[in-house]
Amino acid sequence: MVGVELRRCGPDAALVELGSLAEVDAVRVAVRDAVDRGRLPDLVEVVPAARTVLVVARPGALDLSALREVLAADRAEDASGAVDGRRSPTTPPRQVVLPVVYDGPDLDLVASMAGLSRDEVVALHAGARYRVAFCGFSPGFGYLVGLPEPLRQPRLDTPRTAVPAGAVGLAGEFTAVYPRSSPGGWRLVGHTNVTVFDPRRDPPALLTPGDEVRFEVAG
Amino acid sequence: MNSDSTPPTGPGAGQTRTTRVGEPSAQRAIVVKRPGPQALVEDLGRPGHAHLGVPPSGALDAPALRLANRLVGNLEDAAGLEVLLGGLTLRALSSCTAAVTGPAVSVLVNGHATDSHAPAHLAPGDELTLGVPSTGLRDYVAFSGGIAVPPDLGSRSTDVLSGLGPPPLAAGDVLPLGPAEGLPCGADEVPVPCPPDELVVPVLLGPRDDWFSDAAERLRRGRWLVSSQSNRVGIRLDGPAIPRAEPCLGRELPSEGMVTGSVQVPADGRPVVFLADHPTTGGYPVIAVALPEALPLLGQARPGTAVRFEPTRARSAR
Repeated sequence: MVGVELRRCGPDAALVELGSLAEVDAVRVAVRDAVDRGRLPDLVEVVPAARTVLVVARPGALDLSALREVLAADRAEDASGAVDGRRSPTTPPRQVVLPVVYDGPDLDLVASMAGLSRDEVVALHAGARYRVAFCGFSPGFGYLVGLPEPLRQPRLDTPRTAVPAGAVGLAGEFTAVYPRSSPGGWRLVGHTNVTVFDPRRDPPALLTPGDEVRFEVAG
Repeated sequence: MNSDSTPPTGPGAGQTRTTRVGEPSAQRAIVVKRPGPQALVEDLGRPGHAHLGVPPSGALDAPALRLANRLVGNLEDAAGLEVLLGGLTLRALSSCTAAVTGPAVSVLVNGHATDSHAPAHLAPGDELTLGVPSTGLRDYVAFSGGIAVPPDLGSRSTDVLSGLGPPPLAAGDVLPLGPAEGLPCGADEVPVPCPPDELVVPVLLGPRDDWFSDAAERLRRGRWLVSSQSNRVGIRLDGPAIPRAEPCLGRELPSEGMVTGSVQVPADGRPVVFLADHPTTGGYPVIAVALPEALPLLGQARPGTAVRFEPTRARSAR
């Protein structure tokens, strides 16, 4: 049985430390499944990030040994090679298609750094399949992985003070849609008119961890 | 989408609507005359959405809001007002019960002094005014029925980081109240809290104490002051920098989830204690996490308040 490193975050929470986004995804699914099946009844938050999953319990109710059991069972299942090493989640991932107008102010910059034409950048970005690895930065801001290699580019040297809501940007291994106007340093390739986060809508976030996402050329 | 399919006039179009929604006389509400430096609607927040990037938010001094709600006969999680440094005046548009809790503050009804930490009846037209607290930062005002603005993700709390919940109150704002259901409970005597001169914050080391040399010793011996650059997102501390351990110098931490009370040490080494409106993830190491009982006191700590930490290590090792 492979041990997973847990780091305490105060009396009611722990960070599960992992080696890759794929492991993060597997642990997020395993912990969520355990919550859904009543195995970890007192968890209030399961927060995936780049190399960790934060698990937060109700005050006074953190059960580390139950958490360890869930993680160990997940590892064991992985080791037995179930379904290409990936667990099958209880519900299949949501499929999201976002229409994008590729008119971003950094499209030329991205194209020249990639050594491609604008059209080739658009074809690459809209042709790839993405997955929401985690959310952060602001409500509904999903970090999408699956960005084709030539588009993996650094942030702008000087962040913009205001990026409009709906802007589609890329930075490092991620691409994302800005849910609302905010400062931002990602290279902007286009925009979508779809509202990706609305606190009064159910569900409020269009992009949640694990969702599979495609962009579609619009306009 | 085919907009042609929507007829310009549907059944009933052009008819006068006869249902009167929200008769003004029947509406329970208060109106803000002066908000003071900052008055916000807060309840117990919206935990459970951190995986969407949504901060927990909610009253910083949650016990004070819970008490105010009990005093007016509400459930503890009803929405009230979090009033920074007093200065609030509001008028009741309908009969209601109000209670002010938090640090000691003068409370006037129509210019006459009344007690804080006790229910006060307001008749339509009555004006409630808060003075300026001489210690602490945030008083709480609850109204029978609770403030009934529409919730965002199950909470009416204003989140100053992400802009969820209603905007800060402005003069002229009308706040609807819900139906009053419980009975005001006038406790005979409620002690008014008195903030300490020096705030001693018990913390549990980790998750990233190993990024620092002598984390426990540095936290134990350091003396900090609450910076004026503090708000509902977090408290910045002026004082000694906490240096990184040799192997972690210049190392980048991939962003990871954070809980309220996290003591994060940014690149300049000066700790930040995150409060209810904290970002859900952060890219600097968290050296320790404040125990929950310290959070209300942190929410009341004025700039200049002396702060030290009392670190312990979790009994069940990692």
